[in-house]
Amino acid sequence: MKSSFIAMVIKEFKHVIRDGRSLFFLLAQPVMMILLFGFALSNEVKESKVIIVDHAHDLASKGLIQRIDQNRYFHVIGSLSNESEAKEIFEQGRASLIIVFPENFSDDLKHQYKSSVQLIADAHDPNTAAIITTYASAVFRDFQNEQLGLLKMPYEIKVETRMLYNPQLISAYNFVPGVMTLILMILGAMMTSVAIVREKELGTMEVLLASPMHPLQIVLSKAIPYLVLAFITVIIILVLSVFVLHVPIRGSLLLLLAESLLFISTTLALGLLISTITEQQQVAMFISLVGLMLPSLIFSGFMFPIENMPLVLQIISNVIPTKWYYNIVRAIMVKGLGFMSIWKETVILLGMTLVLLTVAIKKFKVHLS
Amino acid sequence: MIQVQDISKSYEKGKVQALDHIHLTVKPGEIFGLIGPDGAGKTTLIRIIASLLLPDSGNVKVFEYDTREDFQSIRNIIGYMPGKFSLYQDLTVEENLQFFATIFKSDIKQNYPLIKDLYDQLAPFKDRRAGKLSGGMKQKLALSCALIHEPKLLLLDEPTTGVDPVSRNEFWKMLLKLKERGITIIVSTPYMDEASLCDRIALMQFGKILDMGSPHEICQNSGLELYSISSEEPFHLLQAVKGYSRTKSCYAFGSSLHVNLNDGDIHGLLDYLSSKGLKQISSEKIDATIEDVFMEKLNTLS
Amino acid sequence: MNSIEVKDLTKKFGDFTAVDHINFEIKQGEIFGFLGANGAGKTTAMRMLIGLLTPTSGTGTVAGYDVNTQSEEIKKHIGYMSQKFSLYNNLTVKENIRFYGGLYNIPGKELKVKTDELMARLGLTDYANKLLQGLPLGWKQKLAFSVAIQHKPKIVFLDEPTGGVDPVTRRQFWEMIYEAANEGITVFVTTHYMDEAEYCDRVSIMVDGKIAALDTPATLKKQFETENMDGVFRKLARGAARTE
Repeated sequence: MKSSFIAMVIKEFKHVIRDGRSLFFLLAQPVMMILLFGFALSNEVKESKVIIVDHAHDLASKGLIQRIDQNRYFHVIGSLSNESEAKEIFEQGRASLIIVFPENFSDDLKHQYKSSVQLIADAHDPNTAAIITTYASAVFRDFQNEQLGLLKMPYEIKVETRMLYNPQLISAYNFVPGVMTLILMILGAMMTSVAIVREKELGTMEVLLASPMHPLQIVLSKAIPYLVLAFITVIIILVLSVFVLHVPIRGSLLLLLAESLLFISTTLALGLLISTITEQQQVAMFISLVGLMLPSLIFSGFMFPIENMPLVLQIISNVIPTKWYYNIVRAIMVKGLGFMSIWKETVILLGMTLVLLTVAIKKFKVHLS
Repeated sequence: MIQVQDISKSYEKGKVQALDHIHLTVKPGEIFGLIGPDGAGKTTLIRIIASLLLPDSGNVKVFEYDTREDFQSIRNIIGYMPGKFSLYQDLTVEENLQFFATIFKSDIKQNYPLIKDLYDQLAPFKDRRAGKLSGGMKQKLALSCALIHEPKLLLLDEPTTGVDPVSRNEFWKMLLKLKERGITIIVSTPYMDEASLCDRIALMQFGKILDMGSPHEICQNSGLELYSISSEEPFHLLQAVKGYSRTKSCYAFGSSLHVNLNDGDIHGLLDYLSSKGLKQISSEKIDATIEDVFMEKLNTLS
Repeated sequence: MNSIEVKDLTKKFGDFTAVDHINFEIKQGEIFGFLGANGAGKTTAMRMLIGLLTPTSGTGTVAGYDVNTQSEEIKKHIGYMSQKFSLYNNLTVKENIRFYGGLYNIPGKELKVKTDELMARLGLTDYANKLLQGLPLGWKQKLAFSVAIQHKPKIVFLDEPTGGVDPVTRRQFWEMIYEAANEGITVFVTTHYMDEAEYCDRVSIMVDGKIAALDTPATLKKQFETENMDGVFRKLARGAARTE
């Protein structure tokens, strides 16, 4: 009995390795996604084009303008005499931000201890606009603090915003856990379900069923190669993250790997469940890819904060495994937390895995229909 | 002994009646043929006997095991070769054999004598991927994999469909050798000429058994009085015989026709034919073949 | 005029010569049986004739069009039916007929009339709106054949059309073939039923990529001193090197 299980597993490995296309897809996919998210789709906004409207033409305004230009997030491309031309500028897409300094800017600062600067941002893309104005505000605040340091002001209320863990708001920190979650979910579920359903489609499942092999053995032997492959995928993603994207793993690597193994098991159990409800490979693929992708993406918290969703959807998100794993990965990688902080999520994932596995095994048809 | 008792099976909520109250018995060590065209119910019946499919009603006993309750025990002692190509295309011949041997807790070496003939033919291709073999070779490989553990019962679902006559012949020779080792064989086929190679057969169509018994018995008991007629102009002959009022049935069989007459009066027919201008007609009385009986039964059915 | 003419037609896949310099001529309206063991090269040869495969060398014309350069024209002027696939199981009888009619550019009004006629001829009028998958195989094959010649092609290629069909329907099928041939359509058919070989005007048997015999069934039987085509086939195929 033991040796027939091993024979099945070895056979499965052979299938996977000999199916060049699938293998490529399995391993190349995470690499591509990581590089894509890491480099191309950055939420950071660099070298935004800025146009200055300087009514003051004094020391302070010139000083600030220089700071803005030297900052790597901005590039001053010109100046206007009047902010009424602003709309045209934006329509033509020539700049993202216009900074207007009023007359007597320095004077006001020196004598009235306050002045104002107007930021006009092109908000057709509200996210980018918000980020740019935030950056610009930060530059002004720095300047202000410096200046205040030179003057003698007894009372100050400093408002400081620090972005915890990710002060520069580097998007890769966010993306790596998200991408890892998504890839493992889709690959795990899809590869397993398709592998099982393929046997049904080809007719070999019949022959296996008509043998002494226990159905449980058939099913589990399918999961094992994909467990190994998914684990390799995790390693690939982590290596890329650390060495190419410079995203560190702040917490315990071992804990991260162990939790990943757990999540992989969850996805495999899901794949097994999917395989019990269809006889066609394409349907299995469709359910795994399209059916799972959207909920996994939306409810993981990766792209959209769950806290902002209506209560009903928040409750639903608790049933989606990706939410829990995403939290776990972020906790370990980005926050550097230990097991004590994520034991609840771990238990939930474990529970989900067991439930899915039990249902899948119960539903596995020992007879043909 | 395999006993099929009152088995019925339908698909699509009763719309398709695959099997309709089937009874049959297979004696140990015999070759039993299920003879019938596609859609007759052969595959469904074989799957039920293999315990892979549950019938709607009735029961099946394979040796002492019931297919509903003891299916795991049955699956230990049968060899099953389904109609579609049932092997792993991307594994080699050797790997396929080794795999099936292992899952049946056996070994190629252990039962080598059983599959020796087959294996000798497969040996030159043992490192070739199964998907790249020709139709005839695939069938031989599939048979080897079904045999490798020396099953008590071999279930072959249309093993020779789509295979040329020479390869089919070789395959059947192999089956006869297996019978000598005491393996019970249930085989289905649409080829009527293969029926005569079985010990006993069941003629099937539309989920029913049209007739059952040894090929010899079936032909003898059919009550058909047939004449084989041929001429230089087969097509015209066919038309003419069909036009004869006392022709009960008339079917082409290669270069001759098998004719069944209402009154058995061959001379009446021959006179009629020469009056139609057909010359040089040869005729002789013949024993009914399985195909003749099958067609007769089919016509009675409809 | 010759319906099909083939000269030294060859197809190689790497070092493997699947079809080795075959030659033959088939007359218009002839029923030509194309036999051979699995692996002998039949399917490859047929694919070249129906415009699905380009020959490695040699020449040929099918319905007057060159197999090397005019494969698209060939496809338009022939009919094709295979055992594995002919019609769509999840379309109705009517939908199948209309689909293929449209595929071969039979104009709308004409197609409607022809569809009704065809169904009437096969006795399928009551099943017009039934899905194909519920019908017995024999009916499907008869329908497929009718659909294949619907557009009145000069030649129809049939690849094991009667595999697995019941004996009565098989014979009805061959009566349909005879009718088609009588109307002048050339029928190029492959089969594993040796009795069907006898129904052909001439028969060729491929062995190891070459044509080992080509003649009328009567002549072949005399030549090989056998009673039927089955005997002829065995004598030839037994000597084959390629059981492959």
